[in-house]
Parts: sequence; structure tokens; C-alpha cells
Amino acid sequence: MFKRHGLSVFAVVIAAFLSLPVIVIVSYLLKADGALWQHLFDTVLNDYLVNSLLLLLGVGTGVLLLGVPTAWLTSMCSFPGRRWLSWALLLPLAIPAYIIAYTYTGLLDFAGPVQTWIRDLTGLGYGDYWFFEIRSLGGAIVMMSLVLYPYVYLMARAAFLEQSVNSIEVGCSLGYSRWRAMWSLALPMARPAIIAGLSLALMETLADYGTVQYFGVSTFTTGIFRTFYGYGDMAAAAQLAASLLAFVILLVLLERYSRRRASYHSAAESRARADLIPLTGTKAAMAVIACSAPLIFGFIIPATQLLFWAVFEAEPLGWDFVTLAWNSFSLAFLAAIIAVTLAIILSYAKRTKPIKPVRTVIAMAGFGYALPGTIIAIGVLIPLAWADHSLIALFESLGWDSPGLLLSGSLVALLFAYTVRFLAVALGSVQSGLEKIKPSLDHAGRSMGHNPLTLLRKIHVPLMRSSILTALLIVFVDVLKELPATLILRPFNFNTMAVRAYELASDERLVDAAPASIMIVLVGLIPVLMLHASIARRRPH
Amino acid sequence: MIPMNLINTFILPAVAASLLTATTAQAGDIVNVYSARKEALIKPLLDEFSATTGIKVNLITGKADALLKRLQVEGSATPADLFITVDVGRLHRAKEAGVLKPVSLPSLEKRIPKALRDSESYWYGLTLRARPIIYAKNRVNPDELSTYEALADAKWKGRICLRSSQSVYNQSLVAATIDAIGAEATQDWMASMINNLAKAPSGGDTDQLKAVSAGVCDVTIANTYYLARLINSSKEAEQSVASQLAVFWPNQQGQGALGRGAHFNVSGAGFTKYGKHPKQAQILLEYLVSATAQAWYADINNEYPVVAGVEVSEALKGFGVYKMDPIDLETLGENNRQAVQLMDRAGWR
Repeated sequence: MFKRHGLSVFAVVIAAFLSLPVIVIVSYLLKADGALWQHLFDTVLNDYLVNSLLLLLGVGTGVLLLGVPTAWLTSMCSFPGRRWLSWALLLPLAIPAYIIAYTYTGLLDFAGPVQTWIRDLTGLGYGDYWFFEIRSLGGAIVMMSLVLYPYVYLMARAAFLEQSVNSIEVGCSLGYSRWRAMWSLALPMARPAIIAGLSLALMETLADYGTVQYFGVSTFTTGIFRTFYGYGDMAAAAQLAASLLAFVILLVLLERYSRRRASYHSAAESRARADLIPLTGTKAAMAVIACSAPLIFGFIIPATQLLFWAVFEAEPLGWDFVTLAWNSFSLAFLAAIIAVTLAIILSYAKRTKPIKPVRTVIAMAGFGYALPGTIIAIGVLIPLAWADHSLIALFESLGWDSPGLLLSGSLVALLFAYTVRFLAVALGSVQSGLEKIKPSLDHAGRSMGHNPLTLLRKIHVPLMRSSILTALLIVFVDVLKELPATLILRPFNFNTMAVRAYELASDERLVDAAPASIMIVLVGLIPVLMLHASIARRRPH
Repeated sequence: MIPMNLINTFILPAVAASLLTATTAQAGDIVNVYSARKEALIKPLLDEFSATTGIKVNLITGKADALLKRLQVEGSATPADLFITVDVGRLHRAKEAGVLKPVSLPSLEKRIPKALRDSESYWYGLTLRARPIIYAKNRVNPDELSTYEALADAKWKGRICLRSSQSVYNQSLVAATIDAIGAEATQDWMASMINNLAKAPSGGDTDQLKAVSAGVCDVTIANTYYLARLINSSKEAEQSVASQLAVFWPNQQGQGALGRGAHFNVSGAGFTKYGKHPKQAQILLEYLVSATAQAWYADINNEYPVVAGVEVSEALKGFGVYKMDPIDLETLGENNRQAVQLMDRAGWR
């Protein structure tokens, strides 16, 4: 029995364990406070819902418009600068949303240099001219689209690159033009990957607190924190978070339903690639513009501003920045390895035995991504502290010294929280990588008597290498930027660069936060470059 | 790909080491602090404390409510000895949540005025943070200003900037107003004041000050240390913002609520119920109200000392002396929830 279902059982246990924090939060629904809900319903809930929906719609559109065309152009066409643009387009990923928001506010606010310059030039005063109000819902949509599109870009590009070229060529030989082949074949085939990227971006949007709070946009998430901090009502905050989750589940189900029984693996063995479509003249210029605009606005402008602040205006970082950088790096690194390993095991278990319990529990384990980090942190804290208390009781009953808070007071809690929060990221990438490998390979391997784990190691992992690298990269960068869970769960005297940047920024010393912010970006560049090098080695175009 | 030997020989041991060391905040001559005060605004003092007393201080900073939740969940196993917040509402919440213990210390009671500590000795105030009206010197005649309540007047239409109601400082201002003029009048006041806003609330206190100086609006309500920081800034742009602004102390004259005095909040600390180092925690708290520490707060962060006779910074002196609202600070904590509800109803985002 266990032998046949070993992997499934193992996966279910892991996934259940990872769902624990989400279950803790959802269980708060059992103690709902009618009066507070009535009040929220009467006053602000409508605003929260409308703003969150508009934000989702806006960011969804934004990341698709920025992510898909750039992925297509850099993977299918050739134009000047394509090679370096193809990795540079990832760079905005390294900038946390709230930091890009602070940076652009510094630039575009009424009192900032751009508007001051306009006023000096024209002699106009406040209210005499129209200027984009950065601190608004629209501003939040632009900011988040600029730093979240790389999720879509990465996944879509990986899909385009892994697509068997044969399907496109068959399309062309059937009389499709290249562009027609893209619309009718490549895009639909890349759909699982694009949707995976999109849903990551949207979940991140729902979980964001820093940006919307700074811009004064009331969303569901600011509502959660208002309830937690303002009302001092953790239970009601958790209930709001659970409703947020219900919404996410609905989205996921809708997406599943929309593609029902379609399968996306390619039947072809060939890994050969067609020649890139050469672009010249106006077309090439347009491609360059389309691919450099997201890079300029999402990275070059904010990074330059941060660098300027860091070098000329901020208090310099002390030597403790080495410790900060090391803490951030090692946590992100470890969390990436853990999350991706678990994601591979889970996705593979689902592939070998796509039975309902396995699928359900894995889906649940991924929901942590849609919950704000603070809420996840509390969901992590409660079961871990419970385990710690049991452990302490056990030690004391044996007459030993209390071990203290071994789990909830150490980095274990943080790594657990990161895994819960970012598993969805790893799952998204790994699953879309796995889906592209045709099942007949598994059948062949099994019929030769190999066990699933050997197959996984020998066949699947090598075949989906770029998906795995992508997953590692995104989790790494996400953990690097992660703030709220780190803030609550970190042990004594332990800081990361994100914590440092946040503390200075929330003390309204934006300029002094710049050196730590720029460090996040720099450390985030390491895996981006590594990923690029690795993909470039494989595809020497 | 990533070389495995790098992971095995370098990264894993290092991370394992930090995993182990991170849990050992238990024994020895140490004190463990959970602080809602940001690291930059407390660490230098703690370092100084360690240097003079030889007691090592372990520190976690974070949001008050999150740290409070952590204290609650950790229960009797908590390593924390001292809980520090920047708002009395959160101290009150901690007391209500049962994570603090009353410790009556004559050494502290002698130095901290009765109004600035808990009547049952659950917490002690460490600094004062005043929240007056700040206005543009060239566009507002101080005679136009009188009370917080008067900002509801139609003459301020389109001339006010306010931070959002997410700010705990605004919540505590409203909590105090409820106490002074009642819930209904407070809601009406806020509704009219919100109606007078020049722009939707966003950003922090400093952003409001910049908006006033840039001409977006004429008055705002902000904590004085943000203005003092701009005054003391080494950056010309910030000094120029500050040079256009002045402090108006509201509610100084008249009877009852009208003349109750300007709103202020305290940052403070309480002993945790299950702290393992009460002695060291006591020495630390005594240090935080010593003349040295109090002068540091006044000097570095421009907060008002709780201890009488401590010299304040030049910037603070420039703001003048003012009458403080003599409200029982616990009321701020008790009214916080109601304050947020009224803010929701009045449409204060």
C-alpha cells in the first residue's frame, strides 16, 4: 500500500503541514463578531472591495501588456539589443513595490523635482495645471505593474523558449504567417505559463500593504491592517483575510474551469529552435522601444534615483550592512532551495497520481501567497508556539531545563513562513514546466521498472531545468524583498536589508532608506545574472 | 548551476549557526526587549546602556500590535522582558491583553509625573509627542486658528492636509477628542474637516508638512518632531520646507473642552508578565528615564522628555511652551476602537 502510494502520502503530509498557517487563519471565521462586521459592511467594506477589484483589473492588464509582448519579442524575434534586454527585463523584479512607490513619489509629487521644475519653468502654481497624481489608485496600479510584470515575462518567456518549434513550423507550413502562428498557436500553448505568472502578480497585488497604504488607497489589505492595528481585533482581521482567500480560490477555480481538459505538453521530441524572426527598420525600433520602456520605468529611473539618494544625500550605511546583506542573502537562498524542492516533490506527486486529495491539499498549500505576510506570520506563530509549549512541557516533565522557544523563536519560524508564503511561486513555475513534458516519457520510464523518484531525478528535473531555475530565482528575490513576516518572526538582534529599509522609510526618512534599498536590488541581481548565464549557456543564440 | 560544494561548505553551516545562536536569548546578564520604537531611535541608547552596565540588550523591533500578538502567543515561554511602544493606546492594549505585569518602582515614580504612567504601574511613559496644528506662515495668520475643532469651519475649505486615519497618531487625537466633546460631535467635526481637505489623505506626517510648504494646503496636524527634524536637517531643501512652517498650539484658551490643551501621546514601556530578567529590565527602564537618556531623545529625535528639568533641543524650544490636554492617558487606549469606527463613519480614509 505505502509502496504504491508512498509519494502521494508524503506529498499530502507535506502539503497539509504547509497549509497549517492558512487553516489557522481560516479557523478564525468560527468566532466572527457580528457587530464589527456590520460596522465594516455599513461603512468601508464596499470601498475595500471596489478598490481591490479595480487594482486587480489594472495590475492584471498592466502586467500582461508589459510582460507578454516583451517575452514574445525577446524569445522569437531578433532586433538590436535583444540579448541583453532579455535578461535586463527581469531587473524590476528586484525592486520591492513599496520602494518603487516611495521613489516615484519623491520624483513626481507636488513638492518633488519634476513638478517644481515645471512650475519654475512656467510660473504656474498649485492647481493651475494638471499633473498625474501619483498617490492614487492609478498610481498604485502603475507602480505595481512596473515591478510585477517580470512574473509574467519570466513564465511566458520560459514557455516560449521551451515550446517545441515544430508546432510553430507546422502552423507556418499550413499557411499561417509568423504572427498568426503566434496568436493561434504559441500564445494559447503558453497559456498555462502566462496564467501562472499573472496569478502570481495578482496574488502579490492582493497581499501588498506598503504601496496602497502609502498612497492612501483603501483596499481589502489596508482594511485587514486597519482592523488589526486600529481596532486591535486580530480575529476580525483574520476573518477579512479569510474572505480574501475565498476570493482567490474563486479565481483559481474559474481559471481551472476555463481550461478544463486541455493539455499543454508537446508531442514532439525536438528541442530545435526555429530561426528568430528578423526585425528591421521601424519594426526593430518599435521592438526596442517596447522592450526598453518597462526596463527604463521599472528599473533604471527608480534605481538611479535610489543611487543618487544613497550616494549624495543619505546617511552612509555602517559596516553592519555586511551582516544585513549576509542575513538577507542566506535566508533567501535557503528559503528558495526549500520551497523549490518541496514544489518539485508536490508537483511530481500530483503528476504521478492526480487524485483528488493530492490535488486539493497542494492547491491549499499554495494559497499562502495571497495572504499578507503579517497574517501568514501569525498563522505560523500560533502552531509553532503550540509545538514549542508542548516541547517545553515534555522537557520539564523529564526534569530537564526548558529549551525555550526552539521553533517559534528561531529562524525556523521565518523559513517556514517564507515557504508557506512563496510556495505558490515555486509551484507555478515548476508545474508549468512539468506540464510540458509529455506523460509518455513517464510511462516509458515506469515500464522499464524505474521508480518515480529515479524518473524525477533522471528525466524530469533535467528537462525542466529552466523552470526550476526560474522558480529558484523568483523565490529568492521574493524572500529578499519580504518584509512583514520577517519583521514579526525574526529572532533577537537579527535584521535584513528589507527591515532596515522599511524602518527608515516608515520613520519618514526615505532618503536614508535608499542605501539599504539599493543593496536589496544589488543582491537581487546576483540570481538574475546567474539565471541569465545558465539559460544563455543552454541556448547559444 | 549553483555549485553544490558552495552550499555544503559555506552557506549551510553558516545558516545552521545562526539558527542555533538565534534561540539562545535566555540566560546570563542580559535583557530582552520587544520594541515598537524603530531600531535607529533606540539602539544607540541601548548600546550606551550596555557599555555602562555590562548588561547585554537583545532587541526585536516591529509593529506594536504584531509584537503584542507575539507576546500573547509565546505566553509563559516568552523571552521578552520589556515591551516598548510609541503610543499609549498600545500599552493599554498590552495591559488589557494580560501580557504585562504591574511593577511599582519608587525610582521611576519619583521621576515620571503621575499623569504619564499607568495608575496601576503596568507601564511607564518615556517621552512625550505633541501633535499640534502646523501652518504656512505666509498664508495663514495665527489669529485665524484656535482649536482642532475649528478646522471644521468652512473658511478652511480646500486648505487642509491630513494624514490617513490609519495613523495611530490621528487615532489617538480622535480618541482624545471623543473624551473632550463626545462621540457624536467628534464625528461631525471630522466629517466637516474631511470636507475641507485639499487632497485625499496619503503619506506620512512629513509629506503633509511638505504639502503645506509647497502650497497644496495651508494647515495640517502633525507631530512636532517631524518639523524639528526638517529644521535640523543638513539638506537645504528640507530646511527651506521648515522655514515656511510654524507651530500653532491649539485649544490653549477658553473653558472646558475649548481650552483643554494640545493633544499629545507618550511612548513608553512595560514589564512583561513572564520576563525572565526582571532585575535587568528594571535597570534598563531606570536608565531610559535617566537625564542622559531623556536628553538623548530630546536631542536626537526632538521628543519632549517626561522628566522635568531636562534640557530640550533648540528646535523644540522654538516651538514655545504649551498647555497639554490633561486627559487620563488610559482613555486614549480605551477610546481607540471607537475612534477608528467614527473615522470610518466620517469618511476619513
